[in-house]
Amino acid sequence: MTRRHLDSEGPDRLYTLTRGRSSSKDTNLDLVTLIVTNGEPEPGMQSEHVRIMRMCRAPAAVVEISAELGLPVGVTKILLSDLVAGGRVTARNPTSARANAHLPDAAILKKVLVGLKNL
Amino acid sequence: MDSRTSDPQAHTPLASTVTEGLKIVVVGGFGVGKTTLVRSVSEIRPLSTEETMTQAGVGVDDNAGAVDKTTTTVAFDFGRISLNEQMVLYLFGAPGQERFWFLWDRLFAGTLGAVVLVDTRRLEDSWYAIDRLEHHGTPFIVARNSFPGAGHDLDAVREALSLAGDVPLVDCDARDRESVKRVLITLVDHLYALSTEGAGT
Repeated sequence: MTRRHLDSEGPDRLYTLTRGRSSSKDTNLDLVTLIVTNGEPEPGMQSEHVRIMRMCRAPAAVVEISAELGLPVGVTKILLSDLVAGGRVTARNPTSARANAHLPDAAILKKVLVGLKNL
Repeated sequence: MDSRTSDPQAHTPLASTVTEGLKIVVVGGFGVGKTTLVRSVSEIRPLSTEETMTQAGVGVDDNAGAVDKTTTTVAFDFGRISLNEQMVLYLFGAPGQERFWFLWDRLFAGTLGAVVLVDTRRLEDSWYAIDRLEHHGTPFIVARNSFPGAGHDLDAVREALSLAGDVPLVDCDARDRESVKRVLITLVDHLYALSTEGAGT
């Protein structure tokens, strides 16, 4: 397991990264929303945005991006929401396990079972 | 910033066809073997990250604008299992301590279910997690990580945890891939049974 030193990221730096925004409530990104890059990063983009775009040439979940950047999930979501809004990345949100239903669809569970048994 | 980008294992890419991310949470006290369990079945070396939440202190809002803010930080680790071309399952190992539950809805809403990993030498560490999962209406099973000399039989564990009869309770060895697979299959079997029991409640 890898231990990151998130504490070394001063609050000033996090503030700068997100341009002062502290809430990701309106991003509707989930921990396991899969992010895929569209096209190539362009010169002049914020370096974290560039890193995300490189990382997501193959799909990566929000939580993986957070771990790779060494940034808290909420800050990562804010950075991602910029990229989604600009069409730089596409977000594949989970459909099967929404919070309003306590139990996921039986058809999904069956696929999960088959997948686990085939491991 | 760090040297991890040179680690190839952390970058095992997902298939481009994957569209559906799923989650299962493993909850347990410190040192019970959550990370070991995740590592046993994960296709990537477990990674860790954290989430923080700043909230206004309770009961001080009326104090003439003097809002007492507290920041809650929860670290958790996770691994990944590609189930098929469309679905990828993320397994989260999370501490069951009190502050963690403030962030449950933000992080783990929509989870398929949970595994409570227990150590029979410290069963009381699990009481709070079980209580919270019941409170949140999250379906779960309990897995006893078999440390050498773990004496109790499972019936005694069930009794000590005041577990309802319909909550599966299994033994496992968190270091063993097949054993951990069985734990996950037991959870998903349980979820499947619940979901086909009718409309539910």
